[in-house]
Amino acid sequence: MTYLEYKIRAVPKGFSKLFFLNWPIILLLCAAGAIGIIMLTSVAGNSWHPWASAQLKRFFVGFVLMISIAMTPIWFWKSMSVLAYITSLGLLVLVEFFGSTGMGAQRWLDLGFINLQPSEMAKITLVMVLAFYYDWLPDERTSKPLWIIAPLALIFLPFFLVLQQPDLGTSLLIVIGGGVMMFLAGVHWGYFGAALSLSVAGIFAVFYSRGKDWQLLNDYQYRRIDTFLDPSSDPLGAGYHITQSKIALGSGGWTGRGFGQGTQSRLNFLPEKHTDFIFTTLAEEFGFIGGISLLIVYALIVVFAIIAAIRNKDRFSSLLIYGVTFTFFLYFAVNMAMVMGLAPVVGVPLPLVSYGGSSLLVLMVAFGLLQSAHVHKPRGVI
Amino acid sequence: MADRIQLNPKSNAKLSRRGLIIGGLQTAFIAGLAVRMRKLQVEDASEYRLLADENRINIRLIAPARGEIYDRNGKVIARNEQSFRITIVKEDAGDIEQTLYSLSNLIKISQNDAKRVIEEIERSAPFLPVTVRDQLSFEEIARIATNSPILPGVSVEQGLSRVYPLIESYAHVVGYVGPVSDNDLKDGNESNPLLKIPRFQVGKVGIERQFEDVLRGSAGVMKVEVNALGRVMRNLDRKEGKPGNNIQLTVDTELQAYIQARLGSESASAVVMNCKNGEILAIASSPSYDPNKFVKGISYSDFNELRDNEFRPLASKTVQDAYPPGSTFKIVTALAALEANIISPKDNFSCDGKMEISNRFFHCWKKGGHGEMDLAKSLIESCDVYFYELALKVGIERINEMATQLGLGIQHDVPMSAITKGLVPSREWKLKNREQEWLVGDTVNASIGQGYVLSSPLQLAVMAARLASGRNVKPMLTKSINGQNVHDDKEFEDLKVGKANLNIIRKALFKASNDRRGTAYGSRIINNKYRMAGKTGTSQVRNITDAERENGVTKNEDLPWKRRDHALFINFAPYDDPEIAVSVVVEHGGAGSKSAAPIARDITLQALFKGTPPLGVYPAKDRTAIFEQQKRLREILQELEMNRKNKA
Repeated sequence: MTYLEYKIRAVPKGFSKLFFLNWPIILLLCAAGAIGIIMLTSVAGNSWHPWASAQLKRFFVGFVLMISIAMTPIWFWKSMSVLAYITSLGLLVLVEFFGSTGMGAQRWLDLGFINLQPSEMAKITLVMVLAFYYDWLPDERTSKPLWIIAPLALIFLPFFLVLQQPDLGTSLLIVIGGGVMMFLAGVHWGYFGAALSLSVAGIFAVFYSRGKDWQLLNDYQYRRIDTFLDPSSDPLGAGYHITQSKIALGSGGWTGRGFGQGTQSRLNFLPEKHTDFIFTTLAEEFGFIGGISLLIVYALIVVFAIIAAIRNKDRFSSLLIYGVTFTFFLYFAVNMAMVMGLAPVVGVPLPLVSYGGSSLLVLMVAFGLLQSAHVHKPRGVI
Repeated sequence: MADRIQLNPKSNAKLSRRGLIIGGLQTAFIAGLAVRMRKLQVEDASEYRLLADENRINIRLIAPARGEIYDRNGKVIARNEQSFRITIVKEDAGDIEQTLYSLSNLIKISQNDAKRVIEEIERSAPFLPVTVRDQLSFEEIARIATNSPILPGVSVEQGLSRVYPLIESYAHVVGYVGPVSDNDLKDGNESNPLLKIPRFQVGKVGIERQFEDVLRGSAGVMKVEVNALGRVMRNLDRKEGKPGNNIQLTVDTELQAYIQARLGSESASAVVMNCKNGEILAIASSPSYDPNKFVKGISYSDFNELRDNEFRPLASKTVQDAYPPGSTFKIVTALAALEANIISPKDNFSCDGKMEISNRFFHCWKKGGHGEMDLAKSLIESCDVYFYELALKVGIERINEMATQLGLGIQHDVPMSAITKGLVPSREWKLKNREQEWLVGDTVNASIGQGYVLSSPLQLAVMAARLASGRNVKPMLTKSINGQNVHDDKEFEDLKVGKANLNIIRKALFKASNDRRGTAYGSRIINNKYRMAGKTGTSQVRNITDAERENGVTKNEDLPWKRRDHALFINFAPYDDPEIAVSVVVEHGGAGSKSAAPIARDITLQALFKGTPPLGVYPAKDRTAIFEQQKRLREILQELEMNRKNKA
């Protein structure tokens, strides 16, 4: 792809690009980030340390990273898609051998300055490579079986590598994200119908295999499913997290207990109170008002992004924006569904709010790509 | 490539359509989340708020201060003392083994303690303190405090711990406390939350156990906010418990200590009772032990030493051991016969040293016999054959009845552990327990306190007190609980025994201790105001074969300790207006007149004079020896006092 592919004169140059950023999304991202800083201060017992200050720094780094990526033309990033995808696959293989173990799975790669979680990275690079693929693929071939194989391979390579860690939650999210990309690209409905029936059969097989010699999942995964289906069955054991999370949420009421007053989250009834379960602290301390506010912020980001995607006439850019948006959506939707007892406990952080460098930076990079696509969209074409 | 710029409107429209579908799904899901959030936080909020409060408030019990125990003069027998223990918190200590090593350079930590600490730490949450050692001295605390920089996670905690300042004096009476065991949790106590307080101590034996409910008090409550791991984040509310009730006993510590010293290294016991109101002034077993060792947790070697000691220091011999009462029981037989009008005091029997009853010879202790004997003489000289004659006429029923009336064979209600009923046999008893018919020989044996008859030193003291007062005296050990007198001052009812008959016995007992021919003449008191009446007892613990009798009965001194006779003595004094009743049993002490009677006399005088008696009350020829003995005992008691002060 060359610069000449777009009408150069219609694309802003230099620092004037700043004016063409999608500012509503940037402001909403900052709002979510600010909520995150406030909550991290609260869970640390109204202390800047250890989380809030570190998170602020990362947010700042991520912000600068996002703007830098946004200022770089989208066609450059487009040309990097395959390389980025291959790199993330390489990192996933690397984590298999050198990764550090946490929560019973190998997920982290210590790069010295940051603990990288390659599975997070893979979510975005998969979106990039699929957008690249469907941008390149002539329209009429989209639904041809032969041309279905390649994207499926692109999806299932990271899927299997992440499943190997083992991280069922994230690997399923990768498949869902990839599937949505294929759906957006216009792959025929029939495939999705078939995939859906297959997965239903698969789920049946998973349950049926339990306790047999060919059991498909690990015992802990079955327990998680059990817990999800009926958390009250074992309130102090496996269902503990969900039960406690619901208690924390529910006890917040309309307006919450007030900043720093959340007894449930502050008193360690909840696990991972500063990471995956941080929403409970927000909901307990600021109540329904606080919880719904964050949800609205997220929803607005999605809405503005979809508008940007529709308005972008470049196929790669549009697919990329949809993909990034959907990945972002999956983060908060799954996380919130989990803490509200609607989904099993999977290790998905609340985007921009949860403490953690990897997911925050990956998200900021993703939004940088989104902004780049937005800034460098074709203007005045036909 | 130019056509690539010309975006495909058809495919673009499809992308937008599908994008809208996905966007719609996303919005629907978000709406679903909002609805769920509303349900949890608005509709069901109150329910969850309730659950949340239960979640964070934890009620903890505060151990109450245990009631103290005093003697009749207000001297402290058992109290609580601030005790210091060191604990270690894993999450602060870091390297536990290193910290323990540094600690062991400062204070003594046994291998067992170190192993237990490491095990406990592995089991419990990292922020929970684990006790390394209890009952530290100030010196040790000071050493730890000055070295605290190299002891991360180590802290000194305060608590109350039971102390028995009189050390050995009341070990058998008051007993000791110890940590709650599975046994303590039986009998409906399982659910008592107080017993689950860590390091809570309950009475194990003696008064500490018998009066556990009185001494324990009720727990205080502390409301604390905890996190899910149980760590206390904040104290919300604190309500102190009610301390246990104090108990005052009837015992006199000075007398008790004197008796303990007087009994010395013998395996012996003595009871001193007020024969009017039944108050036990002293109740001592020898040898004794230090109950404080049990509170701290006695070492195996110390415990084994106590357990394997032939003299059984752990036994409270005064109440839990029963001995054949020997000749002291002749009082019962004599009184039973008098009451039944079977004999008159003037009736004579002749004692020629033995008597044939159903083809078996029953011997008198005096080879060759006592000659002509009447009732008084037979008691004074303790003739056996006279009582064999009596036994045949009286029968076991009457003997049994009289023994029971005098306080033998019944379990007296004093708050000590393992109180024996003793044994006063009857036909029914033998049939039931031995599955044998009662024989005349059994009655003959019982008449002189041998055979099946068994009685404890406490029972013997009660018998002496009842003889002295003529009333149904009951022993009492508790004077007051929390300042409230336990028993009213009403007098005990009269015994169902004729006054004249009682006087005959009393007079005989007086003569037994004061008449030249009396068995206890050697232990008489010569001051008229303090003279005592008493009866010796020497009970056999072995059979003497005919062959041995032919060659002369082996002397006690030549027998192994275990086969020697028990020496007993009971008495009351002063004879004219009895105040106290005393019983002394020296296990395998030989003749009652030789080893038990002198002890009983010394104890009697000590009790009557409330201190060291003047030498003038002793027979002139004994005074030098008594003077030496008094000096020696004073030294022992002073040493004991020093010891107590040092420990305190």
